[in-house]
Amino acid sequence: MVRKSVVALLAMMVSLLFASLAMAAEPAGGGASGLGAFFSYAVIAAGFGIGIAAFGTGIGQGLAVKSSVEGIARNPEASGKITVTMLIGLAMIESLAIYALVVSLIILYAYPMTKPIAAALGMKI
Amino acid sequence: MEHPILFLDLIFEHFHLHIPPHLTYGVLVSLILLGLGYLAGRKISLVPTGAQNVFELIVGGLEEFMVDITGEEGRAFFPYIATVFLFIMFCNLIGLLPGFFSPTANINTTLSLALCTFAYTHYLGVKYHGAKYVKHFLGPIPALAPLFFPIELIGHFARVLSLTLRLFGNIMGEDLVLTILLFLAGMFLAPLPMMFLAVFTSVVQAFVFTLLSMMYFAGSMEHAH
Repeated sequence: MVRKSVVALLAMMVSLLFASLAMAAEPAGGGASGLGAFFSYAVIAAGFGIGIAAFGTGIGQGLAVKSSVEGIARNPEASGKITVTMLIGLAMIESLAIYALVVSLIILYAYPMTKPIAAALGMKI
Repeated sequence: MEHPILFLDLIFEHFHLHIPPHLTYGVLVSLILLGLGYLAGRKISLVPTGAQNVFELIVGGLEEFMVDITGEEGRAFFPYIATVFLFIMFCNLIGLLPGFFSPTANINTTLSLALCTFAYTHYLGVKYHGAKYVKHFLGPIPALAPLFFPIELIGHFARVLSLTLRLFGNIMGEDLVLTILLFLAGMFLAPLPMMFLAVFTSVVQAFVFTLLSMMYFAGSMEHAH
């Protein structure tokens, strides 16, 4: 019963996704339809990029904090050194998510690849 | 995204000069640091009080931490390390005040800081090892040297890139989040919790940049594998 409703829900989401993609391409009209779809896909890509990076960073930082808290529990006197080391490690792991954020911001605000795609679609920019 | 209103920008617009904000605010932070140093060094006594006490705490603590990592020869480049730490920390924090801009939120500032560290690393390596500094790049097994050399070279350039992007991404990301929260829900003081986090990450990012510089210096001064 639960399994059937989960399958139905997933099927509905997938069909809505494809419908929205198809409808996003149309209103730009005529020869610009290819470029309008490119910007939609760019926004989706930027969102997914930072989402996946945040997912990996969460797991990585969680493991770091887990080990450092276990270390403090085992030896409360060393808590100062362990905390400093943990903060340094967290900053290192976070920098990977920051790289992904920079790429997402480049995709959103600097629109690279607009000229080659426009040239490939036969439009002049 | 609208253009932010910056005090120094307004002042310089009056004189019809178009100096980019990361330059003017960088000079402002340098002047603030010089002023604080002068104020702390006016009346030096054996038992420190007031501003001298605060500065001795910061500088002394940083020097002890550095000698832990780099050894006694590290005292020679402690001025560079302390300058980098204080400059980056003040640069990061000044962006949280309304009407001011973090110089480190611009990739030019962070790239120049990373290039300074990169140049100093190789200068120290050549100073301590002379021509034998190349052995650092060849790896542990002499037979595999042609394989290790490009990898080590790329690793060194990746250090510059990672230092730059880490500092730039963190500080620009923080400022961007504060701007967007202000735009979305400024009436409900939404940026306030983010500002607490921003103070914390500003100090941590300055410390991480300094720590990595120390470790690179220590790595280039020590004997090869």
